[in-house]
Amino acid sequence: MDRGTLFIDTFFKPELIVRYLPDILKGMVVTIEIAVLVVVAGISLGLALTVVRSLGSRLLNVLIVVFVDVARALPPLVLILIVYFGLPNVGILLPSYAVLWLVLSLLLAAFAEEIFWAGILSVRKGQWEAARSTGLTYFQALFHVILPQAVRLTVPPLTNRTIAITKNTALGTVIGVPEILNQATTAESFSFNATPLMMGAIAYLVLFVPVVIAGRYIETRFAWRRA
Amino acid sequence: MMSARRNLILEVRGLRKSFGGTEVLKGIDFAVQPQELVFIIGPSGAGKSTFLRCLNRLEEPTEGSIFVDGIDLLHPKTDINATRRRIGMVFQAFNLYPHMTALGNVTLALRKVIGLANARAEAIGIAALDRVGLKDKARAYPNELSGGQQQRVAIARAIALEPKIMLFDEPTSALDPELVGSVLAVMRDLRASGMTMVVVSHEMRFAREAAHRVVFMEDGLVCDEGPPTKIFGPDANPRARKFLAGIAR
Repeated sequence: MDRGTLFIDTFFKPELIVRYLPDILKGMVVTIEIAVLVVVAGISLGLALTVVRSLGSRLLNVLIVVFVDVARALPPLVLILIVYFGLPNVGILLPSYAVLWLVLSLLLAAFAEEIFWAGILSVRKGQWEAARSTGLTYFQALFHVILPQAVRLTVPPLTNRTIAITKNTALGTVIGVPEILNQATTAESFSFNATPLMMGAIAYLVLFVPVVIAGRYIETRFAWRRA
Repeated sequence: MMSARRNLILEVRGLRKSFGGTEVLKGIDFAVQPQELVFIIGPSGAGKSTFLRCLNRLEEPTEGSIFVDGIDLLHPKTDINATRRRIGMVFQAFNLYPHMTALGNVTLALRKVIGLANARAEAIGIAALDRVGLKDKARAYPNELSGGQQQRVAIARAIALEPKIMLFDEPTSALDPELVGSVLAVMRDLRASGMTMVVVSHEMRFAREAAHRVVFMEDGLVCDEGPPTKIFGPDANPRARKFLAGIAR
């Protein structure tokens, strides 16, 4: 067997590709579903926390900051394992994909809150004053004047963070979520061959390279609009 | 006095404002008649801007009373948002909303505060922009406008709400000299149309020409006031004369 054939047999064995392609595709669907739900829930919750924080209640702000700092400091896998293996002990039984979704959403919310908050702080105070001086209420000023500007400033860091966290759907494999990596490792252990893992890697590239490119496009577009 | 007071647009009594331990306004009495243009001058740090910002409660006064068109501005039951609508404010830094067109800037409060439908708000917005000579810039974004144009849009944003009184906080200080004239021209038009205005500014020539009354503030107090001929003449308070001499140099 020459080296070329060996390489192909190790990483791109045709019959294995054919055999496991349906599994990998199923994994892609699961990954996409969870990723989309994480983005929606994480960013919404992050925005909601930012709005609460802007109200300036000391107690609530302490709670939010503690939540954000803890979430940012812990490795995601630790949180996933604690929630998955810990909650059943207090009588809460969540399916594995729900645990993955919950933990990643909370993580994204923590980062998004920090990013949105920084965005709000970077909007000049005169914007608040102009809005309030025309009779807009606090929330009208926040939603129509401040947040649209803050969100624009936060698009680049938020895009990066969102990509980083949705990639963590791969951690679901350790609690048995049938996403891409889980399908790939299962197939690998049946076939004793790295081809399914390579297929998994390609599946991630297919999913995330467009997102990364879109992120870069958004980044340059919004940077230009700000000037 | 009593008969005149009944139709005052603005009446301020014993206004004090402290930041932390520092008292910036030390008891100001101030009144404005309808259609009057009052200029407030004085050295920096005199409290002019703080005073102006108290008049629509962008700064919360520590003590005193403010009546705007008969409404007690500091009363807890006063709807501050409804009242602010009637007090136009123009800022040194324009503070246009950068993510909205000129028309969007002018119509936001019309739509959200007054609750007008889009078409009605836009008609009023276009009319307001027309008054400041910028009807053709309705669809332009602030970063596509010169400083003078931005400030005129900011004035349009205020007048569209039909204020009873307008407050100008150094409206021309951030402008290149060649753009100042266009903003002053708009203010002159407003004066001619009978708008009541309180202007904090260093445009002494404009004060001399357009103000009905000039108030000289120093160290948190009103030191002297009167018609421009008095304040800019030999009979002014010595401190006002000293300040003006310093500027003229």
